[in-house]
Amino acid sequence: MPWNLNSDAPIFVQIIDHLQTDIISGLYKPGDKLPSVRDLAAEAGVNPNTMQKALSDLEATGLVHSERTSGRFITEDDNMIKNMRISLVDVQIENFFKSMEKLGFTKEEILKLVKQYTDKKN
Amino acid sequence: MSNLLEIQGLHKKYGKKTALNDINLSIEPGHIIGLLGPNGSGKTTLIKIICGLLQPTGGSVLVDGNPVGPKSKAIVSYLPDRTYLDESMTVGSAIDMFKYFYDDFDEKRAEEMLSSLNIDPKNKIKTLSKGNKEKVQLILVMSRKAKLYILDEPIAGVDPAARDYILRTIISNFEPSASLIIATHLISDVEPVLDEAIFLQDGNIRLYKPIDDIRVENGKSVDALFREVYRC
Repeated sequence: MPWNLNSDAPIFVQIIDHLQTDIISGLYKPGDKLPSVRDLAAEAGVNPNTMQKALSDLEATGLVHSERTSGRFITEDDNMIKNMRISLVDVQIENFFKSMEKLGFTKEEILKLVKQYTDKKN
Repeated sequence: MSNLLEIQGLHKKYGKKTALNDINLSIEPGHIIGLLGPNGSGKTTLIKIICGLLQPTGGSVLVDGNPVGPKSKAIVSYLPDRTYLDESMTVGSAIDMFKYFYDDFDEKRAEEMLSSLNIDPKNKIKTLSKGNKEKVQLILVMSRKAKLYILDEPIAGVDPAARDYILRTIISNFEPSASLIIATHLISDVEPVLDEAIFLQDGNIRLYKPIDDIRVENGKSVDALFREVYRC
């Protein structure tokens, strides 16, 4: 099943996002070995060169690192993954507030609505 | 690293009509390139010249350093835009023919792909549906261990699930020392698999760039850019 890539953002950026989510969500555990570039490319349905570029960029962030002969591994630094997770929370919340403000709600109203929503769910 | 395909000053005329006009192109190993352009822009003419099926009016084509001839044909695997197999043959005998014809043919790979796509080698080619005929030809062409694969409209008649399978097979069998050129109109289907795109227009190369550069510069997919550039 190819990954769900949308059509306008650069493909390597979307691959990075996808892998980051997989790491944060725990699909890959700290210290896990990543599949080979070719296997990942086939799984995602993307060009191997594009996958290679995405992985090199991901390496630059420190979230994965490569051992010369044995492949690429997820970082063992739990804090780094935690920080990454928190930074994604900010992005999600900001997006949510932006679209709610577009609908004409104030910040206070939004908070109230969120509270109502979770109360109803419980 | 030397270029796998080196084209210089290539032009082709059919009588008074210019089909290709001063094409210059260098393709390195390890790339999957989309050859894109509207009908009549020169895609098939360019492909046929690279494969030695048409004589250019002028200019030069080198495949891995060889001029077009027996040496270049031995390392180019070409899927034409129409059937050329004898339809009364069975799929299995087509495989035998390819094995006999091409030293680089990998029979095992062909058989694996046939069974994944549920095509029985005992069937005669003429009994197959249009899509299955296309699959058989594509399997034959992709089972060679060539340096340059050239596919002219490879997936047009193939259902979406088989398309995914074929594209995945291309990715996972792809050697870093080889390159692959796909001429197609189904840009959105092949776009993630490509790393570079060539836009042809009226026999000229209008653009030759990495896919992600196109997306970054234009903020849209190659498919969307194509629709804009060639808007009728």
